[in-house]
Amino acid sequence: MEDPVQNTACPVQLRLKENTLTAWLCGEIDHHTARKIREAVDEAASRVRPERLILDFSAVQFMDSSGIGLIMGRCKLLAAWNGRVIVRHVPPKLERIVSLSGLQTLCDVEEGGPRHETDQ
Amino acid sequence: MKPINEMHLRFPSVSANEAFARAAVSTFVAQLDPTLDELCDTKTAVSEAVTNCIVHGYRDTIGTIYIDCALYENGRVVIRVRDRGCGIENLKQAMEPLYSSAGGERAGLGFAVMQSFMDKLRVQSRPGQGTTVVLEKTFSPRVHTNG
Repeated sequence: MEDPVQNTACPVQLRLKENTLTAWLCGEIDHHTARKIREAVDEAASRVRPERLILDFSAVQFMDSSGIGLIMGRCKLLAAWNGRVIVRHVPPKLERIVSLSGLQTLCDVEEGGPRHETDQ
Repeated sequence: MKPINEMHLRFPSVSANEAFARAAVSTFVAQLDPTLDELCDTKTAVSEAVTNCIVHGYRDTIGTIYIDCALYENGRVVIRVRDRGCGIENLKQAMEPLYSSAGGERAGLGFAVMQSFMDKLRVQSRPGQGTTVVLEKTFSPRVHTNG
């Protein structure tokens, strides 16, 4: 049986707390799955217009440049009301693609991978 | 040099096949015993190439994507990803980082990722005929202990 958290039917969990919307992403982020994530995040973000949008990558196992596009697109969206995007808990194996993208100039990419990371 | 093993895939350009394609290629190349990093790099590059076929090559239609994968004795893998889609008018511009003809949600990093995650990248394209991307990587030799 597959872990339900990694089920592609649920690639994102959202929670709003004190003007901060946190999105926990999970599974594999590619062009196919990015669409569902984008729709869920944008629906919530456009409604509540949070000051901060935290994208938490701790449960993401794979990401190609579609994930970078996803982050860039949310930066653009939040900029409409001067909100900020924070990228959090990027696993070591995704660090290379994130640094290659130059995302650091568009949003806050926090140092430090997921807490449960024990390898590498 | 003759490959020690090869495989061929063909599948329609629907986005659900992006995960299938990268998983199939990474399962196949795993027999060369790459490191997890090398496997992850290869998977990411294949995902970019296949996504390009879907988003650009077959932009307004569904076509067939072809993958040919060959393994060589020295740990080298050659992956050819091909479409018979619209082709690329200006290849130099298309390969520039951050350029995207699709706009909006595309980062324009596909070729940059393929280039940096693989040892070699070759792109052949003809407008109206399609695009072929050839990805090459040589996995580092590993010390094996028998028994």
